[in-house]
Amino acid sequence: MVLVYTESENGKFKKTAFEAVSYAKGIADKLGTQVTAVAINSNDVSSLGKYGASKVLQVSNEQLNNFNAVAYADVVSQAAKKENAQVVIISSSANEKYMAPLLAVNLEAGYVGNVISLPESTEPFQVKSTVFSNKAFAVTQIDTPVKLIGLSKNAYGLHENETAATTESFSPQLSQDDFNTKVISVDLSTDKVTIADADIVVSGGRGLKGPENWGMIEELAEVLGAATACSKPVSDMGWRPHSEHVGQTGKPVASNLYIAIGISGAIQHLAGVNASKVKVVINNDPEAPFFKAADYGIVGDAFEVVPKLTEKLKAFKAQNV
Amino acid sequence: MKILVCISHVPDTTSKINFTEEDTRFDTNGVQFVINPNDEYGLTRAIWFKEKQGATVHVVNVGGQETEPTLRKALAIGADEAIRVNTTPSDSFYVANQLAAVVKEENYDLIFAGRESIDYNGGSVPGMLAKLTGSNFVNTCIGIEVEGDKVTATREIDGGKETLSTSFPLVLGAQKGLVQEADLKIPNMRGIMQARTKPLHVKDAVDAPQLTQIVKFEKPAPKGAVKLAGSVDELIDLLHNEAKVI
Repeated sequence: MVLVYTESENGKFKKTAFEAVSYAKGIADKLGTQVTAVAINSNDVSSLGKYGASKVLQVSNEQLNNFNAVAYADVVSQAAKKENAQVVIISSSANEKYMAPLLAVNLEAGYVGNVISLPESTEPFQVKSTVFSNKAFAVTQIDTPVKLIGLSKNAYGLHENETAATTESFSPQLSQDDFNTKVISVDLSTDKVTIADADIVVSGGRGLKGPENWGMIEELAEVLGAATACSKPVSDMGWRPHSEHVGQTGKPVASNLYIAIGISGAIQHLAGVNASKVKVVINNDPEAPFFKAADYGIVGDAFEVVPKLTEKLKAFKAQNV
Repeated sequence: MKILVCISHVPDTTSKINFTEEDTRFDTNGVQFVINPNDEYGLTRAIWFKEKQGATVHVVNVGGQETEPTLRKALAIGADEAIRVNTTPSDSFYVANQLAAVVKEENYDLIFAGRESIDYNGGSVPGMLAKLTGSNFVNTCIGIEVEGDKVTATREIDGGKETLSTSFPLVLGAQKGLVQEADLKIPNMRGIMQARTKPLHVKDAVDAPQLTQIVKFEKPAPKGAVKLAGSVDELIDLLHNEAKVI
């Protein structure tokens, strides 16, 4: 059995949950077994069948309304033991990366995160992941009976595989020790799409000259339904919040489209955004290193190019709805 | 308060990444090694506690003798004592077990480890260490305040931050934001001189299993040249019809 944890937010599954189920189904087919999903406080669990889950363990528990890494890891490991799972799949959100090592210890499972493809072989079990901040790949062999895999966002994609899924309610055993660390408050800096969830990210660098010029970045992001991000110097100078810093020591980006505006492309920045599928650079310096890493580019002044791009995209979107 | 900072010895962020021995080993030739940036944020915060709230700060690395300059640097920055567990850091579970043995022996209250090392990006040692030592755990930590036995930590979440109440013993997965960049310390001459005489204990490894092993490395295929668009219309056309991302 392959067990997959399906993350939700306000009761709705994240896109990465469907990607994780798709991937779990891919592994289950290789192993000649089936997929069980475990979902915590989610509605509409039947939607998981579309991507290949044949059973869903549904957990409903008010104590789990706030994410708690210890408790969530205990839920998933109890589900894995109940289902006798050989492989456990999670995605790469901040919460899942938080609970992964706890889950690995619970299950005595070898864990590989940042995995980008189906196992190269299942006997021995070997998977490929990114290492050295996307500058290389490693093929890692997992030697334990239970294997834990953290799937990189956007690496495998969604694969529909209509399956009749049965739903079973599941009540894990939780204790006071699961809740030693408690959430006091949550402070969301944006009501817009987050860098982690966004399909498109628009990012600005020092070339924008000051925080007062971020209006055009936000307008472009709004037209595209994108998240906004920035380079390290920009967050270090306090032009933008730390939470927007993307790069090797900031947030990783694995979007479909990454647009870098006025960012020269330091090696540390590129390391953090390399996992994006398509990279576009807008910079007035044709020698900027980002042009070597990008797929498409415009050499030009951001202050002229970006407003024009926003305007043309508005017209394009109006035509292509 | 007794603090332990776990230090990974990693290639500098600008290093060229190459492999040797038929792509099974990282090529350290010409590579400059540094304190893992995420660990350095933790170390800096630990020194703040030492200076403001009277803590003792130990640093630890699991690795061979070649990592000692990195530990000496941590001592020069202000740590009181260093520990090196003399073994090859083969996988995260093995390393976490080595660190757990150190933690159990010394009974630290607060343990900083980086959210991930910038080389293998495993991101699992802090959590495993917490679980193995029965400690509380806060990952992607960007704030920590201690008042008596009241411990408050702030964690970065997707799209914002979250404040948590917790207690010792506590493992933190440190990252950027935990301290101001300007507060990162460059060792001064006095610190470097003092570091020479501070204790650096070498310990033998404990028995622990290795659960995973890297069988080979690969480098990404070379990228094609950038396509330059002469106008925004052309760019939109390329993104829509060729890349199919809008």
